[in-house]
Amino acid sequence: MATPYAKLPGWVEYVLIPLINLIVAFAVAGLVVLLVGQSPIRAATLLVDGAFGYGEGIGYTLYYATTFIFTGLAVAVAFHCKLFNIGGEGQAYIGGIGVALACLTFDTILPWYLTFIVATIGAALFGAAWAFIPAYLRAKRGSHIVITTIMFNFIASSVMIYLLVEVMKPAGTMSPQTRTFGEGGQLPQLDWLMAIFGLDIGGAPFNVSFLLALAAAVFVWVLIWRTKLGYEIRTMGFSEKAARYAGIKDSRIIIIAMLISGALAGMMALNPIMGEQGRMQLDFVAGAGFVGIAVALMGRSHPAGIIPAAILFGMLYQGGAEISFEMPEISRDMIVIIQGLVILFAGALENTFRPAISRFFGARAAKTPPVSVGSAG
Amino acid sequence: MDIVVLTIESTIRLSVPLLLAALAGLFSERSGIFDIGLEGKMLGAAFAGGAAAAVFSSALMGLLAALVVSVALSLVHGYASITQRGNQIVSGVAINFIAMGTTVILGQAWFAQGGRTPALTGDARFTTIDLPFAEALADVPVLGTIYSDILSGHFWLTYFAFAMVPFAWWVLYRTRFGLRLRAVGENPGAVDTAGISVTWLRYRAVICCGILCGFAGAYLSMALTAGFVKNMTAGKGYIALAALIFAKWRPVPIMYACLLFGFLDAMGIRMQGQPLPIIGPVPVQFIQALPYILTVILLAGFIGKAEPPKAGGVPYVKER
Repeated sequence: MATPYAKLPGWVEYVLIPLINLIVAFAVAGLVVLLVGQSPIRAATLLVDGAFGYGEGIGYTLYYATTFIFTGLAVAVAFHCKLFNIGGEGQAYIGGIGVALACLTFDTILPWYLTFIVATIGAALFGAAWAFIPAYLRAKRGSHIVITTIMFNFIASSVMIYLLVEVMKPAGTMSPQTRTFGEGGQLPQLDWLMAIFGLDIGGAPFNVSFLLALAAAVFVWVLIWRTKLGYEIRTMGFSEKAARYAGIKDSRIIIIAMLISGALAGMMALNPIMGEQGRMQLDFVAGAGFVGIAVALMGRSHPAGIIPAAILFGMLYQGGAEISFEMPEISRDMIVIIQGLVILFAGALENTFRPAISRFFGARAAKTPPVSVGSAG
Repeated sequence: MDIVVLTIESTIRLSVPLLLAALAGLFSERSGIFDIGLEGKMLGAAFAGGAAAAVFSSALMGLLAALVVSVALSLVHGYASITQRGNQIVSGVAINFIAMGTTVILGQAWFAQGGRTPALTGDARFTTIDLPFAEALADVPVLGTIYSDILSGHFWLTYFAFAMVPFAWWVLYRTRFGLRLRAVGENPGAVDTAGISVTWLRYRAVICCGILCGFAGAYLSMALTAGFVKNMTAGKGYIALAALIFAKWRPVPIMYACLLFGFLDAMGIRMQGQPLPIIGPVPVQFIQALPYILTVILLAGFIGKAEPPKAGGVPYVKER
């Protein structure tokens, strides 16, 4: 697809434009705060303070960020293949089954690091399996992947309600959740990591799965930019026709990209289930699959952008909780608005400010040549 | 007998918002603008309707507010996807989130009832209409029951929704506007060559979509229930989208699809834990997931082929 816009310097493309979009999104969110009759500046101060002001806050921020790195990477991998995987929510939810099964089986037999490996494989397998059907239908039967993955989110929700209420709930209890895992089914905090920086994370559930998330980010970078498969995925994303001409098996690449995407989304389940609750509860994903869309858009589908974007959303989640404490009018639903605005401005309206920006840089570029010729000579 | 009548009645009641939203999506998607923001528009309209009706104690004001908010949201979608040529799916997702968050925050700030709007009473809520002679004909066997128990006694929005089905068909297939709207969804280049503005045509389609979503939202908060409740659409926008696809983007099949999905919803509520005849016990969750499962099967091409409008989701760039 030809872009009707001039090529811009890298830092403008990858730093300035996302930043401007982000600022506009936050400015509009500030208007909503004003509309509610509160001070946006006070809200912003509370937000940053709550997220980064003290050790436990940072711990929670990074705990949420872990979740969003997984879901953001999941959406990004599919994006590179020009597939919009809106089903991260459902894939993460189903991925939970893999985690729960591993923990329920091994929590009293194995130490946590072995259970963790089994659970990771389980989460990835279940998440990938849930992405497989939409992927297969897209590749072989041409179904629209957005619609099928949306439908699979709802189907996943029904499946999980059924499983938790009828199957996985221990007999004699009321609430729809599995039993609490033993020692071997719970991940240790990363308090030692934060202690290096002199921070005490207190009770924050910042745990080992953060390291796995970072490893996944590296994996995605290597996969997309340093392997043949990644090259094929990007070619498919660029032009399906060109890819087919080049002899790339399109249906195979679509399915593989979606399986990786689903596996990454599924691994998100490790963080809340093994890292925080120590059991699987109803609705533990809580919209993280959708946050992944915002994170991937903001991070320009590159791991180096996704990690800061995930931390930003972690900050919103943690700081947002803090705001709702101090300013009851601004509940955590404010995050949902900001998330929507970020998706709108960084995604759908990403080109709004581009003409003005490229005119600015274009004008400068037009003036510079005589100087640069002289100095380069 | 009573159970049959009650089930049919609640099927009709529950399929109205689906029908209005699906017809809304029909206008938008037939013009080549994918709209997964039906949910958000409905939710925003439901909130605006509930809030304005409560403040002004007038159902009409509520309906107006619902329409204004819904059209405004659809114009945002239009601006992003037509003028800015942004990704239509991304824009729809964004609108859903903005509506979901804003309705709760504003509802809490304005009414302080945990995201609800005050309960609507009297003139603030839509009233039901008894069809003429419904009373007198009630005793006639079968036909009387059908007329007075099933057809009579609904909200005027219900009759409006079903009247919109032939109307939408007429607009899309028998007017010049409809022909052009369908053409712009299939081949915008040809429409542009004929000297018709693709942009303006698509904006009008998106506005039609906003209006119908506004009615759907108003029905939820001012007819089906008396007031707005946090996240009251609860996926209805997506079911409407499913119905739209299930009906292969055609008005009359949309009505049948919505009635089918409304019926499944009514069944899901009715048969909590009761076994079905012949099949035996079926989990409620299965019935609830059935609309989604059916849509996936249809999309996979196992029951006919669902062909979306050819130019759907593709921003139109004028050739230079």
